Amino acid sequence: MDHQVLTAVLFLSVVALTLFITIRASRQTSGTADFYAGGRSFSGFQNGLAIGGDYMSAASFLGISGAIALAGYDGFLYSIGFLVAWLVALLLVAEMLRNSGKFTMADQLAYRMKQRPVRTAAATSTVVVSIFYLLAQMVGAGSLVVLLLGIDKENTLAVSGVIAGVGALMIVYVTVGGMKGTTWVQIVKAVLLMAGSALIVVLVLAKFDFNLSELLGTAAAESGKPGFLEPGLKYGIDTTHKLDFLSLGIALVLGTAGLPHILVRFYTVPTSRDARKSVLWAIGLIGVFYLFTLVLGFGAAALLKTGAGSDVANSDGNLASPLLAEAVGGGAGSTGGAILLALISAVAFATILAVVAGLTLTSSTSVAHDIYNSVLRKGKATEEEEIRVTRYAAAGLGLVAILLAIPARNLNIAFLVALAFAVAASANLPSIVYNMFWRRFNTRGATWSIYGGLISCITLVFFSPVVSGKTGLNADGDVVSKALFPLGVDFHWFPLENPGLISIPLGFFFGWLGTVTSKEPAAEERFTELEVRALTGAGAEQAVQH
Amino acid sequence: MSSDLSPHDPPESHDLAARHDPVYDELHASAEFAELRRRYRGFVFPATIAFLAWYLLYVVLSNWAGDFMGKQVVGNINVALVFGLLQFATTFAIAWLYSRYSNAKLDPLARELDERFVALSQGTRSRGAQGGER
Repeated sequence: MDHQVLTAVLFLSVVALTLFITIRASRQTSGTADFYAGGRSFSGFQNGLAIGGDYMSAASFLGISGAIALAGYDGFLYSIGFLVAWLVALLLVAEMLRNSGKFTMADQLAYRMKQRPVRTAAATSTVVVSIFYLLAQMVGAGSLVVLLLGIDKENTLAVSGVIAGVGALMIVYVTVGGMKGTTWVQIVKAVLLMAGSALIVVLVLAKFDFNLSELLGTAAAESGKPGFLEPGLKYGIDTTHKLDFLSLGIALVLGTAGLPHILVRFYTVPTSRDARKSVLWAIGLIGVFYLFTLVLGFGAAALLKTGAGSDVANSDGNLASPLLAEAVGGGAGSTGGAILLALISAVAFATILAVVAGLTLTSSTSVAHDIYNSVLRKGKATEEEEIRVTRYAAAGLGLVAILLAIPARNLNIAFLVALAFAVAASANLPSIVYNMFWRRFNTRGATWSIYGGLISCITLVFFSPVVSGKTGLNADGDVVSKALFPLGVDFHWFPLENPGLISIPLGFFFGWLGTVTSKEPAAEERFTELEVRALTGAGAEQAVQH
Repeated sequence: MSSDLSPHDPPESHDLAARHDPVYDELHASAEFAELRRRYRGFVFPATIAFLAWYLLYVVLSNWAGDFMGKQVVGNINVALVFGLLQFATTFAIAWLYSRYSNAKLDPLARELDERFVALSQGTRSRGAQGGER
């Protein structure tokens, strides 16, 4: 019980600290450039930390280390995809987006195309990607808090209460603190996460005299699974699983640079050079963090029980890191164990709060800036009106996320995140890349690629085994449904769990098809301007002078 | 269509993108801009193809070359782990190389063109409206 009190105290400290930051930030916020882009006044290093804070979600911290603990080497494949993906953002997207856009992903398309159709399309996919991602984080928050505070998992009211509480907090961060508050919450979280996981990594390695080979050997032996250190344990079963892995790998590497909540972070710095610096810092930070998850995951496999019926297996691996912290702190019941468990749980909680704040801000900004101001008010809304609508939108989207997360609370977090990546790669990346590099690209191409990628992605998922038909064994050895629909309902015909392999090429194909079947001289003419502005920063949005 | 709009039309003429600014044409036609674009693409296109191919090779080998990936290198460290860590190393290396390249080869040209843009637009634009859309 004592560790639960300590955990609760630390959770409340995280909440108090982040609320304090948010209220302070709100005093320095006036106007849309402050509210949406933090006044474009963060340094490259600060923004690098904030990107790390925005990106390293509960799925990374809890999910990847848990996947490694349970599936060995195959869990590590996530880390690699998530990291290599940053090169797409660095080389092709970050600087050009900073120079050509203003507040949202739609801005760079609207720069040379018909405002209303492209803004509607881009705002739609922004909201869809963000909702999937939000669901994953809130489901994660729910199960984390439930397990760590010792609430009964079957107590639907308590679980729903926790999810609603997280949702309410994120609405407060966004409506009160705007981008400045959100950014500082993300910076604090990144520092806490790096420091917390570094501590556990050192303690784990110390148990093995800093000998990586010994750690791996113990992990393989303790896991009791043959081939634990080689690829294939989870995905090598048959050709379908292998294609699924290929599909996942492609979605991960191409999805990052299409995630709206990551893209808007590039607007918070004064110049494109700072945007580049922030991605460089982020790559360093995220790379080191994923190396940590390798040690955390294999450490959990080596030091904890991970077989059927264990706490790690029952939580789908999500509790591997917190329980590992308890183990290296001295084990269950010891003071050191209780302190480290509470500490790491609080870090995981801060992680979730920072990510949900970023997602909510991004999607509500797009609703207000793209849909309300540009489409409905034809660009005539004042800054005050736009910000007011953003606040309503944040409250509305937060409410939707809460209402969806409660029934979805038993879904696998990693699946929801991978799905968000697949949608981002299929619907967003093609139009961003075409827009920056293809003069001929136009409004029809942009809307077809966004809607085409989005619809093919969602359709394939709906008819995939994760929605209906997937089965597995529970702890007692009974066959249970691992899909969204209960056992017995099976209408799947698409064999893969991740749609990326098909839907990403389709997104590119529809973009090409829409473009070549229409002519839009104005868009081609304006490409000249876009290209100059994107590469040189001439005429780009300036930082706010306070 | 957009070329029919007069410069006085506010960017809120909303169904179309904001009107084209002729200063950009001038910069676009300059030798410096052509050189900047050539240098930028000369780095990022080959680099993107290279790291995507390298990453896909890793994914494919993990899938279809289990025996090779499972070979021991030192102690319990096998080819798969080394290959994975090499992906980290190449990501860091490409990021670092790009940073060095753009500091040396791209930024000076971009700054020069940006300064020329400021000078030109102050000369031609007496109308108060700044470029860029809302």
